[in-house]
Amino acid sequence: MARKMNDLGRRKVLKGAAGLAGAALGSGVIGAPMVWAQNNKNIVLRQFGTGVSNLNDIADKCKADTGITIQMTALDSDACVQRAVTQPNSYDIADIEYWMIKKIWPAKVLQPFDTKKLTYYDKIVPLFKTGKLKPTSTIAQGTAPHTVGFVEKADSTTFAKQETQWFTMVPTIYNADTLGIRPDLVGREITQWKDILDPKFKGKTSILNIPSIGIMDAAMICESAGILKYGDKGNMTKAEIDKTIDFLIKTKKDGQFRAFWKTFDESVNLMTSGEVIIQSMWSPAVAAVRSKGVACKYQPLKEGYRSWGDGLAIAKHLSGAQLGAAYEYINWYLSGFTGAYLNRQGYYSAVLDTAKKNMSEDEWGFWMEGKPAKGDIKDPKGKLMEKAGTVRDGGSFDERMGAVACWNAVMDEDRYMVQKWNQFIAA
Amino acid sequence: MKRFSVWITYLQVAPLALVFLLFLVVPILTIVIVSFFDYTTTQIIPAFILQNYEELLFSETTWKTYLQTLEFTAIAWALTLVIGFTVAYFVAFHVRSPTMQTVLFLLCTIPFWTSNVIRMISWIPFLGRNGLANSTLMSMGLINQPLEFLLYSNFSVVLVYVHLYTLFMVVPIFNSMMRIDRSLLEAARDAGATGWQTLINVILPLCKPGIAIGSIFIVTIVMGDFVTVRMMSGGLSASVGLMMANAMSLLQYPAAAANAVVLLLVVLLVVAAMLRLVDIRKEL
Repeated sequence: MARKMNDLGRRKVLKGAAGLAGAALGSGVIGAPMVWAQNNKNIVLRQFGTGVSNLNDIADKCKADTGITIQMTALDSDACVQRAVTQPNSYDIADIEYWMIKKIWPAKVLQPFDTKKLTYYDKIVPLFKTGKLKPTSTIAQGTAPHTVGFVEKADSTTFAKQETQWFTMVPTIYNADTLGIRPDLVGREITQWKDILDPKFKGKTSILNIPSIGIMDAAMICESAGILKYGDKGNMTKAEIDKTIDFLIKTKKDGQFRAFWKTFDESVNLMTSGEVIIQSMWSPAVAAVRSKGVACKYQPLKEGYRSWGDGLAIAKHLSGAQLGAAYEYINWYLSGFTGAYLNRQGYYSAVLDTAKKNMSEDEWGFWMEGKPAKGDIKDPKGKLMEKAGTVRDGGSFDERMGAVACWNAVMDEDRYMVQKWNQFIAA
Repeated sequence: MKRFSVWITYLQVAPLALVFLLFLVVPILTIVIVSFFDYTTTQIIPAFILQNYEELLFSETTWKTYLQTLEFTAIAWALTLVIGFTVAYFVAFHVRSPTMQTVLFLLCTIPFWTSNVIRMISWIPFLGRNGLANSTLMSMGLINQPLEFLLYSNFSVVLVYVHLYTLFMVVPIFNSMMRIDRSLLEAARDAGATGWQTLINVILPLCKPGIAIGSIFIVTIVMGDFVTVRMMSGGLSASVGLMMANAMSLLQYPAAAANAVVLLLVVLLVVAAMLRLVDIRKEL
């Protein structure tokens, strides 16, 4: 069904292109991208992803700039993997996390990008190519993006060990996560992941109930508390999983946790209502709590951050004009507007140069360089986010992304981990 | 002529049979078949293996979760039965005017005009640590500390079940009560029975079909539920439905299918037991 529609769409576009080519011949200006651009108004790309980057503002701006219509569907993390694998014809663009692509790629539902067709490929932050922010950085544990970022050949199902021409996913948005706290209610200084275990916070803590992310937070906590030291937190052995889950179960039975959250808004509500005063959180959730006038801090911790990255991947069935449009959309995505938009939400964009050009000096200083804000800092919709004088929690881009301890991950013992995680929830 | 009429009968039965076949028999058969399939992280592999059932039945987690679900069901059933019966009794026997009866009965259904999920979620701010219930009790001086068990506990799960599903008890029981011939009640009184004796010996037995139908509703709904448990326990408790949802979200469809088959059998057993006790055809 989807295939048929694509053929139809393509035929229509080709026809239009032929007409245009005829018209353009006289003037002598005819470049392939031009032709696509002229016909983009007929092109619809269906994109699904987590709520993080499925933003209508981006779709609207994309429509205005390129003519391409992006239809967005927001799903939770698990549903993303499910949709990507089981309904490959139901989408054109997958907006997914790096750990997800490790699961999805072997299912042969996606095709890699040709880096030569990506205008800003050279400017993408090196973290996504070599795993290092700076040449001297150490590579973090877990499913680091560069380990699943490339394949040897266009049709390979296994990942390449180094940079190649075939890019599985174009990074778009990423961040370093840590614990969020209510500074008005914790009543002590929070410096380490293990502080969430403080008996003072009994019944007032939460971690997230998405196994592949929750297990990483749990690992950060366990390691910090000296329960065990992992070879690789992102790829635990069965014994390490057992110990981690046993520890979680014990902590749960002791009543340390108030609840487990699965969606962004649940974490916001837990924090705002005061049910929870220290928990795993995502950066915009912290902003959302603050915007309700409730104090909330995204606390940097000694052991470092748990990081994640999102990117756009293209479905295997895309070809012809649709594929051309997908490339154009992604090149547009990295060209500045979106980057600035995401940076202003507290995330990071994959190409920093272009985003910088779309932000004011003060904004750039606050979000990226860890400088105190000179004027009020506003979110992309113009709503007040931080007052003048504030410094971003955790500081600059280099300080935050340079202190990544591990990436969200999919482990070789994934199936076992999930079984154990279910035990933890049922315990 | 006779053969023709046989065909007519088949023809008349055909639409319903077809609907059942397409939307009931085929899906269930599919689930049963898939429950024997093998799977990996990304693939479902047609096969005939018993591993899904082995992993399910030999896991302590499964037994615990089934027990937990049965416990939820039993408590929710008992509470909805008592409350539902009382409400139905009041409307059927205490309220004399038929107009008033209709009005009160409709009143019971008004909450159903809003979404199930909304009615469930609105409990969260009410029961929370700083919620309406706790702050009221504290300002009245009844407690010094907020009651933590009100939210994200088995208590809140059962509370919501009772709130959401009591009507499923009220309706069939009310229906049964309205069919009771009032002269039977007069006869009982004439024979010297007290109100209580009439209730136990006359009304209750005659309401059995209604109670059975209501119970079937409650048991099937609660046994299969997963949203309520997840939202109201804050992810701290498990239910069989939640187990399946977790498995499915990780693409472990065969494991979820095996669990679905087991759950179906359990529910069928419970329903069969009820039908042995009560002949609901009397009602219909």
